Amino acid sequence: MAEEYGFGNPEIIEEEVDILVIGGGMAACGAAFEIGRWLQKTPDLKVKLVDKAALDRSGAVAQGLSAINTYMGENDPADYVRYVRGDLMGIVREDLVYDVGRHVDDSVHHFEEWGLPVWKQKGDEGKKLTEGGKPVRSGRWQIMINGESYKWIVSEAAKKSLGMDRIQERIFIVRLVTDKNDPSRVAGAAGFSVREDKLYIYKFKACLLVAGGAVNVFRPRSVGEGTGRAWYPVWNAGSTYAMAAECGAELTLMENRFVPARFKDGYGPVGAWFLLFKAQAMNAFGEDYQSKNYDILKDNKYDAYADGMKMGTCLRNHLMMKEMREGRGPILMDTPTAMAKLAETMTPKEVKHLEAEAWEDFLDMTIGQCGVWAGENIEPDKEMSELMPTEPYLLGSHAGCAGIWCSGPEDIPGTPDHYHWGYNRMTTVNGLFSAGDGVGASGHKFSSGSHSEGRIAAKAMVQYALDNKDWQPELSRTVDELVEEIYRPVKTFLEHKDYTTAIDVNPHYITPKMLQFRLQKIMDEYVAGVSTWYQTNGKMLEIAEKKLVMIREDAQKMRAKDLHELLRAWENYHRILAAEAHMRHIQFREETRYPGYYYRMDFLDLDDDNWKCFVNSTYNRDTGEWSLKKVPYKQLVKHAEGEPEGLARDGSPV
Amino acid sequence: MPTFVRTDKCDGCKGQDKTACMYICPHDLMRLDKDGSETGHAMKAYNQEPEQCWECYSCVKICPQQAIECRHYADVVPLGASVQPLRGSESIMWTIKFRNGNMKRFKFPIRTTAEGSVDPYSGKPEASMDELTDHSTLFTKGTHSCDMNQFIAA
Repeated sequence: MAEEYGFGNPEIIEEEVDILVIGGGMAACGAAFEIGRWLQKTPDLKVKLVDKAALDRSGAVAQGLSAINTYMGENDPADYVRYVRGDLMGIVREDLVYDVGRHVDDSVHHFEEWGLPVWKQKGDEGKKLTEGGKPVRSGRWQIMINGESYKWIVSEAAKKSLGMDRIQERIFIVRLVTDKNDPSRVAGAAGFSVREDKLYIYKFKACLLVAGGAVNVFRPRSVGEGTGRAWYPVWNAGSTYAMAAECGAELTLMENRFVPARFKDGYGPVGAWFLLFKAQAMNAFGEDYQSKNYDILKDNKYDAYADGMKMGTCLRNHLMMKEMREGRGPILMDTPTAMAKLAETMTPKEVKHLEAEAWEDFLDMTIGQCGVWAGENIEPDKEMSELMPTEPYLLGSHAGCAGIWCSGPEDIPGTPDHYHWGYNRMTTVNGLFSAGDGVGASGHKFSSGSHSEGRIAAKAMVQYALDNKDWQPELSRTVDELVEEIYRPVKTFLEHKDYTTAIDVNPHYITPKMLQFRLQKIMDEYVAGVSTWYQTNGKMLEIAEKKLVMIREDAQKMRAKDLHELLRAWENYHRILAAEAHMRHIQFREETRYPGYYYRMDFLDLDDDNWKCFVNSTYNRDTGEWSLKKVPYKQLVKHAEGEPEGLARDGSPV
Repeated sequence: MPTFVRTDKCDGCKGQDKTACMYICPHDLMRLDKDGSETGHAMKAYNQEPEQCWECYSCVKICPQQAIECRHYADVVPLGASVQPLRGSESIMWTIKFRNGNMKRFKFPIRTTAEGSVDPYSGKPEASMDELTDHSTLFTKGTHSCDMNQFIAA
């Protein structure tokens, strides 16, 4: 008789492939595009891509974008490295950054070929980038697009490249499994369907872990319905960092975070306003706080990473936060003056077009900001708008560089041995690769660079799979153990739900939602969230450490009353590990490397003599212990004239 | 900042095993209430976790009945405004209604090719096994020109 499957008694589906791609965002789509072509030469390789959402609208580009932030064009990739190391305070993996830089334009050219509208300068309309069409730049590296369907288009190419029989949507992978005979190797992954009572266990030779950054780890500024209005996508749950850490992979620069200064409440983009429309930001009294406060950069040696107004984004935040902390807020973006100035030299028709462009900037990527402006009757040509630094985010592809320590390309001159160990974008766990938000120490890839990096990793995985053709993966955990672990929140619920009358209040379990609130409270109050103006110290971190260990223990008691809540339970488990990595790294790095993102009040100086190095960590899943170490930074690209003085220095000895 | 489903317009994408909004939501928020036991409205979809809505409008744009709209988040935004798109195959039209009644309409292109027309490998180089270990190129051979003199070790 066929067994009855149901909630709490899932059907177990086991599958063996050569390569598994976990995720569906830009990096995963890049991997699909690259790997599909190699598969034509290696038809024996079995590949599968699993995404917890639907490829057409998954990942950070789901909503669309109004710009592609990484496009070389007339620039040399070495200058891109200089820009990235300048923004990220001197400590990046220049080999990885360069590698993205030299490949990224090819991805952008394909986006345009597939149908993405790229803005062109007057006279070049209709001329493709590859035909010499000049893009509209909103900055040295950014180009403007009509990007509402950006992800839809890139996903169509990915689906066609890989074939739908190799893609499965709504499968949430929650855990990687090492090899039974070789713990330094990944051999499988396990997860579940969020639609059916099915649990999936994959065995493979190689896997690409590209499941985004970490959002809602900190208490957000809006805590009611607005909780979901995160700046980065709310579904990025730190799964990449957590699964890699649990598998034993070394993480790097997890102390790094991004705190974007954005339009208040809606978190609409400011880039086009600053760069394209030349708008100015000021304090409540109309003062240009950037030049006014410039000299405070000298107080704690932050000025080594500023040269005039050229400085890392965190330093701009630092200058702004002084105003807010000292009561001279709100910070205002003077949109009316900017628009009036532009209108001086324009016809009424051009002005109307300009207004549409300003609104499109939001409508393409942060529709919620339009909701805020419409609700508050704000028209940007008539009224200024408030800017506000957001809650912290952990990510590796946007203007941050948290992530996994990965092997780089072999052909970059001067690369030290500890930067590469054979396969490009492979982590310190054999067979485990990453890209996009997953690869640390190499920020500013953005959407296009993440796609390219997915391609780079995919190619390396093909090589890895062929080199390990005869190797057979064997899981270090039994199927029963994995089922027990993954479905534990369901079991807990079914076992205890009738103990109390109110389903959400029960001493035997905690709801994923309450667990998330608890995590956010700890991170906000002790690990430099918004409520302390991003300030912390060793004593506060000690308390956080204690609380985070307890919340990790209590995570075992999360309940799931349905598959949707099981999804939330595992997302929040991943958030806890990402949060813990972040806290441990901040604890270890005894300096303030990223003022404006966070402050170690007990080590307020930027300390190049001792801390111009990476901080790497590993997590031991069996003991629950973290170990951290310093790893040397090596400068590969020559210092150029005009680069701040701190960037002329090689790494500190470790 | 949640989306909501209008009872007068949603038909539960009837006859199909899942609704368009359930299919597309990146955060698994949309749910079909088959028997009406959750909402009192059988065979209609609803947003099951409004405080987790990113307001990405994926569901609004894909709904074949235009039954989904957005009521901007109640803990932040004054009532009365709306931002509503109509997404076609080549362009998207937006209607923005302000709280004070002012209206703005915009139309933007969304793609230059027909949906479904992407042919990713047409006219592209084949992958060359000799280049599998060459990190300076991908199969398309579109690597940017590189000034190697910019390296300290050059």
